[in-house]
Amino acid sequence: MSTTIKEVLTQPLLSNNPIAVQILGVCSALAVTTSLNVTLVMCVALTLVTATSGFFIALIRNHIPGNIRIIVQMTIIASLVIVVDQFLKAFAYDVSKSLSVFVGLIITNCIVMGRAEAFAMKNPPVLSFFDGIGNGLGYSVVLIFVAVFRELLGSGSLMGFEILPLVTNGGWYYSNGMLLLPPSAFFIIGLFIWALRTYMPEQVEKPDFVISPNTENSGAH
Amino acid sequence: MEHYISLFVKAVFIENMALAFFLGMCTFLAISKKVQTAIGLGVAVIVVQAITVPINNLIFVYLLKDGALAWAGYPNVDLSFLGLLSYIGVIAAMVQILEMVLDKYVPALYNALGVFLPLITVNCAIMGASLFMVERDYDFGESVVYGIGAGVGWALAIAALAGIREKLKYSDVPKGLEGLGITFMTVGLMSLGFMSFSGVSL
Repeated sequence: MSTTIKEVLTQPLLSNNPIAVQILGVCSALAVTTSLNVTLVMCVALTLVTATSGFFIALIRNHIPGNIRIIVQMTIIASLVIVVDQFLKAFAYDVSKSLSVFVGLIITNCIVMGRAEAFAMKNPPVLSFFDGIGNGLGYSVVLIFVAVFRELLGSGSLMGFEILPLVTNGGWYYSNGMLLLPPSAFFIIGLFIWALRTYMPEQVEKPDFVISPNTENSGAH
Repeated sequence: MEHYISLFVKAVFIENMALAFFLGMCTFLAISKKVQTAIGLGVAVIVVQAITVPINNLIFVYLLKDGALAWAGYPNVDLSFLGLLSYIGVIAAMVQILEMVLDKYVPALYNALGVFLPLITVNCAIMGASLFMVERDYDFGESVVYGIGAGVGWALAIAALAGIREKLKYSDVPKGLEGLGITFMTVGLMSLGFMSFSGVSL
């Protein structure tokens, strides 16, 4: 496990990305990425919750009894999420409406729980805080990538501003409605993982079975 | 009765937790390598959903909703901001109780479910169903049906994915796409398939 602040901040960006490598927090990555605006709010919310919950859990890590630690972590995380939820309802009501249940689902987002359990329980508060920020940023990288793709090609705009003029508005771009539908997010994340693993081949999983080369082709003809 | 049946069908197919709302994805992707374990986990999710959604409904209606505490003499109290905390508390406690009860009375099922039972606490499909129940104002009867339906839909999806993945491991997948990458693609195609249900009007 890495120990310096710089390492915990940069590791999760690509080489130990929470979504692509640790398979954590996938649910919200798929559901909130139809527009960049909403995605950015979600990323900020998640990063803050991960970082602060890591900080507080690490602060009391030596006082939490082992067998009820999940409930204690849950309570801390849930309280922080309630703060975020109330804040969004007060200052960004539209975004809060379009995120619907997904703000509440930050509680069960495995990134928050996973980092609390795997990192904050074993490391000092400040380091856990930065680990939370790092993992939040790693999550944001994937989300923003997916959201840019989906909003730009799906509705020809970014953050609500028109980038590719649509045919319906007299422009030249035929919008790809498929990208606004939920399944497209799966394909984009799948392709993202493919690209990431081509760039960093050590992440490729070992296949369960290796197909042996076809013997008939080897030199006989 | 017809209303309940259509709500059930809607929860299982049209609003499938895993393939239409992407809830419970982490466990969905991580524990779908074998059909056997996938079905075990699916059954556990159905049981927990069927219990927690109605209980959270009662808590919401009689304790947290605006003016819900009128029976105790506090008609002006609105505790709905405590919702998230109490739902997750109920879920965590229910899973714990269920684990103990199963261990004592049905050890066979307990052993079959094994490590998946505690994992269910952090499965967002469970939490999501409770939150949708609140957002859509279901009454008690509807929340029972919705809880079971959401659980069945999720179980169906994970069993199907596990079946596909068992076959898929014999195929020759491009390097780098192996494992997680191809699983995402498969789920995407399954989700496209489930979208065809959205045309069904009930």
